[in-house]
Amino acid sequence: MTTKKQKTVKWGEEPKIGWVEAMYLPAIASGVATALKHAFSGKPTTRQYPDVEPEIPPNYRGVHRLNRDEAGRVKCVACYMCQTACPANCIEIIAAPAPKDDPHWKDRDKFPETFTIDELRCIYCGMCEEACPVDAIELTSIYDLTGMTRAEMVFDKEKLLSVFDETSTTGKDPIRTHRGALGPASEEAASAKQGPPPPGRGRHG
Amino acid sequence: MIEYFQQIWPSLWPTLAAIGVILAVVPVLGLYITFIERKVAAYIQDRLGPNRVGPFGLFQAIADGIKLFLKEQTIPDHVYTFLYFVAPTFSLMTAMFALVVMPFGPVPTEYKEGFRYIVAPGIDIGILMMIAISSLSAYGIILGGWASNNKYSLYGAIRSCAQFISYEIPLGLSIIGVIAAAGSLNIEQIVAAQGGSMLNWNMFWQPLALIIFFTSALAETNRLPFDLPECEQELVGGFHTEYGGIKFVLFFLAEYTHVVTVSFLTSLLFFGGWHFPGLTGPVDASLGGMLLRTFVLVSKVSMVVAFIMLLRWALPRFRFDQLMGLAWKGLIPLGIVNLLCVAVVLTFDLPKHLLSFTALFLVVGAMISARNLQSTINRPRSAGREPAPVYSSKVTA
Repeated sequence: MTTKKQKTVKWGEEPKIGWVEAMYLPAIASGVATALKHAFSGKPTTRQYPDVEPEIPPNYRGVHRLNRDEAGRVKCVACYMCQTACPANCIEIIAAPAPKDDPHWKDRDKFPETFTIDELRCIYCGMCEEACPVDAIELTSIYDLTGMTRAEMVFDKEKLLSVFDETSTTGKDPIRTHRGALGPASEEAASAKQGPPPPGRGRHG
Repeated sequence: MIEYFQQIWPSLWPTLAAIGVILAVVPVLGLYITFIERKVAAYIQDRLGPNRVGPFGLFQAIADGIKLFLKEQTIPDHVYTFLYFVAPTFSLMTAMFALVVMPFGPVPTEYKEGFRYIVAPGIDIGILMMIAISSLSAYGIILGGWASNNKYSLYGAIRSCAQFISYEIPLGLSIIGVIAAAGSLNIEQIVAAQGGSMLNWNMFWQPLALIIFFTSALAETNRLPFDLPECEQELVGGFHTEYGGIKFVLFFLAEYTHVVTVSFLTSLLFFGGWHFPGLTGPVDASLGGMLLRTFVLVSKVSMVVAFIMLLRWALPRFRFDQLMGLAWKGLIPLGIVNLLCVAVVLTFDLPKHLLSFTALFLVVGAMISARNLQSTINRPRSAGREPAPVYSSKVTA
């Protein structure tokens, strides 16, 4: 009596092993050859991290920075878009009217009096960057952020501006990715003179 | 009393010096073999290995040693305390005791005064004692597994026991051929018999014995293709699960001492010991000749050690039934065939070169044993099994 093979079950056959394979020796030889090939390939994939810093892609989402405009003022117009977009509620902005009598500020209406980001709450999703109509907030490629206390990981406006000063001079400038539709105030849109980017390029495009 | 000491001193001090050399070298060697093993493993896996401590990471071994020595001595509540402490020491003791009859440099067959590269020269049962002592190392593992009072440790120990018993037979069978050819159990005599031309090395006329010996010896060291006593996926850590710190070090020192012993034995018994083309004949006592021969022997040993480390990353672990099958169905029949060939050649006083035809027997024997294996493997899965019940959807009256 033979076993009736059920149609719903797939029956597989083990591959037949010839005597050459069953001797183990050819397999051992090929295994040793593979091991030797790797041993003398001379191409280790180890990254010597603290000694050799990795090359971080420029669209990496690391520590935030607040950009400055040509006059050196904070570019942010305190529109609360990033604070609204932030899924982790880590951005806190208090807006203030720009001082009208100061010639330095006379072309601006609002500016952030305080702008704090809790770097420990942040999930580095980049939605603040996408939401910003004036490209004021950007994520840099700084990845090795450390601190001794929770308090020092809450970055205020000065700290965020100093991140801009640091990254814009050392060649770690993040690239603009055109991911969101740029607002009319964006200098990117003005200089490109192409209006909003073509649909389908960004998440909201 | 003093006169007695003066009388035995010329033969006493070389022994004490050799014991000193072994006691000093073996722990350091053990530490550095772990380092070399990590490096070899790293290079095979396209990594760099330890390279932070000292130049090329050379002090890593010392740092590891210091760390392990300074670790807290934890004794689990459920262990049999006395055996728990005895097991690792016993393990290392047997491993180092086997080195007593091991020449670690050239030893002349006529025993002169002065320093010799062996603790006990001229022991006429040298190889027998070596095998007897190294079999005892199973005790260390079994005691460790039993004393741990932990089922996984005990499983590891039981596996180790079965493995030792199985692989001792082919180990002995393969050595008998070598002993018969040399006509002596004395390791120095066996090496001296391989003097002359390079073709006198045992590996060239008993390649089958070499393969059997190396495989079984590897199994005796509990290293990777055969490391079922400590296989992590099934047994947590095997027999040394409950051990930490210095006691763990002792177990591992024993394992690496075994590796060195096996490599020395392979070099001495099959690769011609301290002989090399251009460096043949009896040992001369000049310092240069001694050092050169030591260098030759140590180079051969290091190559065997490197090969053992390479095998670790080239081969997967055996399943337990495959492990037993290899010993009982593969190596033991082959060992008997090899022994028969050697016996025929020696009994009828045929020319020595005829023994090289055991290489032919290697192929034939492997084919025969592979045929057997093949028929076992290719047997239909359903054969010899109850036919599966057939469930019919039709309702019968």
